Amino acid sequence: MKINGKDLSRTYYRRSEGSNIFTAVKDVNIELSPGELLEITGRSGSGKSTVLNMLAGLLTPSSGTVLYDDLDIYGLEDKERSAFRNEHTGVIPQGQTALSSITVLENVLLPARLYNREASEDDAMELLSFVGIEGLKDVYPDQLSGGEMRRLSIARALINRPSVLLADEPTGDLDDENTKVVLSLLRNTADKGTAVLLVTHEEDAREYADRVLKMNGGILKEY
Amino acid sequence: MNFIKSLSFKNLKRKPGRTIALVLLSAFLAFSVFGGSVVVLSLRNGLKSYEARLGADIVVIPNQARSKGTLDSILLQGIPGYFYMDNAYYEKIKEREGVDIASPQFFLASASSGCCSVPVQIIGFDPETDFSIQPWIQESYKDTISDNDIVVGSNITIPVNKKLTFYDLECDVVSKLSPTGTGLDNAVYANMDTIKQMMQNASDLGFDYFEGTSPDSAVSAVMIKVEDGYSIEDVNNDINIHVRRVTSTPARSMISGIAGGLEGVSGTITVIVVLVWILGIIILIVAFAMISNERTKEFAILRTMGASRKMLSGLLKWESFLIGLAGSVAGVLLASLVIFPFAGIIRNKLDLPYLLPGIGTIILLALGAVIISVGAGLIASRISSSRTVKNETGLILREGA
Ligand SMILES: Nc1ncnc2c1ncn2[C@@H]1O[C@H](COP(=O)(O)OP(=O)(O)OP(=O)(O)O)[C@@H](O)[C@H]1O
Ligand SMILES: [Mg+2]
Repeated sequence: MKINGKDLSRTYYRRSEGSNIFTAVKDVNIELSPGELLEITGRSGSGKSTVLNMLAGLLTPSSGTVLYDDLDIYGLEDKERSAFRNEHTGVIPQGQTALSSITVLENVLLPARLYNREASEDDAMELLSFVGIEGLKDVYPDQLSGGEMRRLSIARALINRPSVLLADEPTGDLDDENTKVVLSLLRNTADKGTAVLLVTHEEDAREYADRVLKMNGGILKEY
Repeated sequence: MNFIKSLSFKNLKRKPGRTIALVLLSAFLAFSVFGGSVVVLSLRNGLKSYEARLGADIVVIPNQARSKGTLDSILLQGIPGYFYMDNAYYEKIKEREGVDIASPQFFLASASSGCCSVPVQIIGFDPETDFSIQPWIQESYKDTISDNDIVVGSNITIPVNKKLTFYDLECDVVSKLSPTGTGLDNAVYANMDTIKQMMQNASDLGFDYFEGTSPDSAVSAVMIKVEDGYSIEDVNNDINIHVRRVTSTPARSMISGIAGGLEGVSGTITVIVVLVWILGIIILIVAFAMISNERTKEFAILRTMGASRKMLSGLLKWESFLIGLAGSVAGVLLASLVIFPFAGIIRNKLDLPYLLPGIGTIILLALGAVIISVGAGLIASRISSSRTVKNETGLILREGA
């Protein structure tokens, strides 16, 4: 599935001396195709997460549209958009995002179970071994390291075999070794035909990406 | 939805501290409403049964009894007592205009010494004229009460050999009465001949109960049914004016004293229950609000995986349902552990007729308490979490871990 963000802008209400309206993202156009790993880099606060969340259907743009093929996802009701995201979009949010009251395996299966999808434990185990933490399946997330937690979010984002994967700083606080593991996992995913968007500060990520864009003060440019 | 149910269950299990606090809170609500309503209903029941047992329109007793307040303490508290007037008064009262039926009753307190098995109130009735005790006995015993037969109140333990001795008169216990929630449950009932025999024996044994009246002509109280067409007030006044040394009281005014006490106690209980509920619901709303704030991130994560707002509400609904159910069932059980085994103590403390409602009513009250406590939890959780559920996910997730 091809994603197309057209003229995306987003303002936030933020108390300040001049205007209280702060434009975090301005007129961004972005295309993401199947099999492609697209990297967005840029300084902290430049608007990367804002763009990613708008593409994920999690943040309504102040103006502009987000198309999945020809479908305008913000034209959908919450219920349909949620179901659509569940089926087509894998999201790896910024930060630690495992649910603490269920085990690693249950976390991975969660997106499938939410909609009573067929995903079997075998599929989940396969993903866990793909990200290299199959031995931790019955552990609760509070016993995982930062790197294991990241790998868990990747496995979870892939359980419904989404055609789009949106990853927000998936290597955030990882050491070099783990960073490499996560980046090559994303590369592998793209190679299997998924459209992958990677938001990162990581210099090394460039080697894995097909294309790199840079966010600067809410404006997106070719790197 | 099945998955949401099991997730809610796991959430509760993995956060035991939070869960227990909320369960206790809802137990508290159910405890107060169930406990309060059972007590209030028992009081109403007690009053009703007392009214029915008294059965008379007017009760006449000797003046000396009124000054001692003994009638109330015998009938309500079940404290053994006695007072007498001469049978001549009964004969006079019977003849007053407007008196349809007048039936004498005889009160004798059993002694704690060797001549009596247990210290209780003995009440005698005249089988010919009695209209209040016999219908009650009939509920549990169809035969007539012969001489030396006794029927016991529901609080009296019947010995294995079914015999009780009062003033050296050995009697057969033929039946036990249904409870009234009053002092009448602590009494023993006999016909006139039997109690007269006991009174005579008591006198012979040297018990000086009769103060000049002879035991065989002593009467304790006269129960009156007023003839149709006469007002109870008028007949009552007529007796008070024309028969000296006795006090005539309409049964209704005896009841109304109790009814007043009942209103007072019921009112207090209602106020307490209402306060507990106001406080409880405020705490519940605040607690749920704090919890759902704390869970903002968790909900945002679920949203990224495609959970709809409806699913989040469903999750919260299930959690508060499970909490409410566990809590209110615990609250009702806890209240039962206090209310039923300690009914006697509660009755004594309240000093009012107190008769527990039937099991059917109690089950209904328990169900009602569970339903409204669960409902309160659902409403509180909905009020306090609606904002969290409506949050736009993209606004929550931007900051790091
Ligand atoms: N809810 C909000 N309210 C007000 N301002 C916001 C809000 N969310 C983001 N912003 C502002 O918008 C700008 C872009 O934020 P965004 O999170 O997209 O940056 P980012 O590029 O992802 O940064 P980082 O690399 O630190 O994650 C920042 O200046 C931020 O302060
Ligand atoms: Mg960011």
